[in-house]
Amino acid sequence: MTLTVDVQVPRGAATVTARLDVPPRGITALIGRSGAGKSTVLQAACGLLRPAAGRVALDGRALFDAAAGIDLAPAARRLGVVFQDGRLFPHRSVRGNLQYGAQRAPAGKDDGPGFDEVVALLGLGTLLARRPFQLSGGERQRVALGRALLSRPRALLMDEPLASLDPPRRHELLGYLAGLPARLNLPILYVTHQMDEVMRLADRVVLMADGAVAASGGALELLSDLTLGPLVGRFEAGGVLAGVVAEQLEAWQLSVVTVAGQRITVPQIGAPVGSAVRLRIRARDVALQREVLASSASNQLAGTVLRVLEREPPYAAVEIGLTPAAAPGERLWALVTQRSVQSLAITPGHTMVASFKAVAVEGRAAAVHAETTDPA
Amino acid sequence: MTAAELQALWLSLQVASAATLATLPIALALALALARGRWPGKPLLEALVNLPLVLPPVVIGYALLLAFGRQGPLGRWLHEVFGITFVFTFRGAVLAAAVMALPLMVRALRQALEAVDRGLEDAARTLGASRLDAFFSVTLPLAAPGLLSGAVLGYAASLGEFGATITFVSNVPGQTQTLPLAIYSALQSADGEAAALRLVACSVALAFAALALAHWGSRRLARLMGTGGVSS
Repeated sequence: MTLTVDVQVPRGAATVTARLDVPPRGITALIGRSGAGKSTVLQAACGLLRPAAGRVALDGRALFDAAAGIDLAPAARRLGVVFQDGRLFPHRSVRGNLQYGAQRAPAGKDDGPGFDEVVALLGLGTLLARRPFQLSGGERQRVALGRALLSRPRALLMDEPLASLDPPRRHELLGYLAGLPARLNLPILYVTHQMDEVMRLADRVVLMADGAVAASGGALELLSDLTLGPLVGRFEAGGVLAGVVAEQLEAWQLSVVTVAGQRITVPQIGAPVGSAVRLRIRARDVALQREVLASSASNQLAGTVLRVLEREPPYAAVEIGLTPAAAPGERLWALVTQRSVQSLAITPGHTMVASFKAVAVEGRAAAVHAETTDPA
Repeated sequence: MTAAELQALWLSLQVASAATLATLPIALALALALARGRWPGKPLLEALVNLPLVLPPVVIGYALLLAFGRQGPLGRWLHEVFGITFVFTFRGAVLAAAVMALPLMVRALRQALEAVDRGLEDAARTLGASRLDAFFSVTLPLAAPGLLSGAVLGYAASLGEFGATITFVSNVPGQTQTLPLAIYSALQSADGEAAALRLVACSVALAFAALALAHWGSRRLARLMGTGGVSS
């Protein structure tokens, strides 16, 4: 089951154009700056906005098709939506909100999660009798998510569900969201402009800018694509490494992560040994040298120069692959001067050592990410 | 109070109740039509609904007489086909009160509907509700406190209706003589001042009772709908 959105939606004087696929495994993040057209695409997909042209289809079946004159009502599309502001019904209890969609879902083949299952999954057990105005922001969004899941949707669309929450609540809800793909075999489209959410949740990324799709692909590749930096905004250029927590150095408050067989030490990550993590290393934090040195930069990774990009003088960006295959998640960028490129003779194919301090990887730069792999 | 005065009081309550109940669904439909969407003719409908508010009641009464009187096109047709007569009857008094109360009720109902976040209806539709279902299961309950206020406003306006009623259906005790008309009659008679005062006191008490009921009812409903009381 894949959700395909290929639409042109009028928005004021301009038009938002998007073509994207949301496959059934993992989370597809639709990212971009505010006003890029992300929410417009989501609303067109679920039927709350009517595109001027294009097609929205689920597993090949048209939900909207301008050419064929098909425009299913939102109710008939059965796409679960979680809105930024929750939109719980104030006159219903939490239980009443959760049941609203379930009561309207067509009877028959029940392949969605049941009431008790959703309540347990989202920790709603103690909230059922409460009214929405008695809930915290995080609780509200959990109920909104539960309500969408219980309507037995065929895809899940989330529109910046964490945007109105304070940091502790965001962190709490991120945990719930990260666990979703493992339990749901549904296309999940997640709209956000927060890079830490993308790091934590996304398997695939669709980047929008100025009302159009600017790039799309695997999360690790896209997040490490230096050329997209200006479109992503605020998030400084760098590379994302995919690794596994190998050891916890409790006494030092450090964690050891293995990436492509090499060990990296970082400020402690709150996840058990064996957890998959993503580490974002800013290009400006990475230095290059010919061989391993004794240094306070405790992380020294051997690799091969993949390419050298000349940037605004005096800068150059060097991409290092940590393995011969240099798969996504095994690449690193280093921002150096063009003079260094010349004096160290940095050219593609050269072996180099990339070094960075452990403290370059802290807080928002490290994210636990449960990799969802296609069983096929 | 004399039997005639009690009759006027009882008749007023009946006319106002009937007028409010008959107008409520029509006012709700008009309020919805005016609150939602853009369509041609909308300003015209809005003006038409508000006419009774800006025209002298006598004009409305006369217009009703022209339309629903024995010789009026609608009046004759209704009389011939259904045997329904408006002139000099209770039914006519209700019609006059309803027309005069309509703009007030539409205005209050429209405000109540517009105060409900449309995003909630959108959410309901993504959860499998049709437009109609979403309106009745989400918007209408949330607008209920405002709907009650609108109904009470219409009720109070019906109780006080004078000009259109006396012009359209005259001043017939037991049929069309509501409290205001009874007060007017009492003032016309030589020794009616005491009777007029009693009826005035009665009107004031009724108005207060209606307002108190509306206040209490709205608050209770708002609490029930989770829209009043503690908000965060």
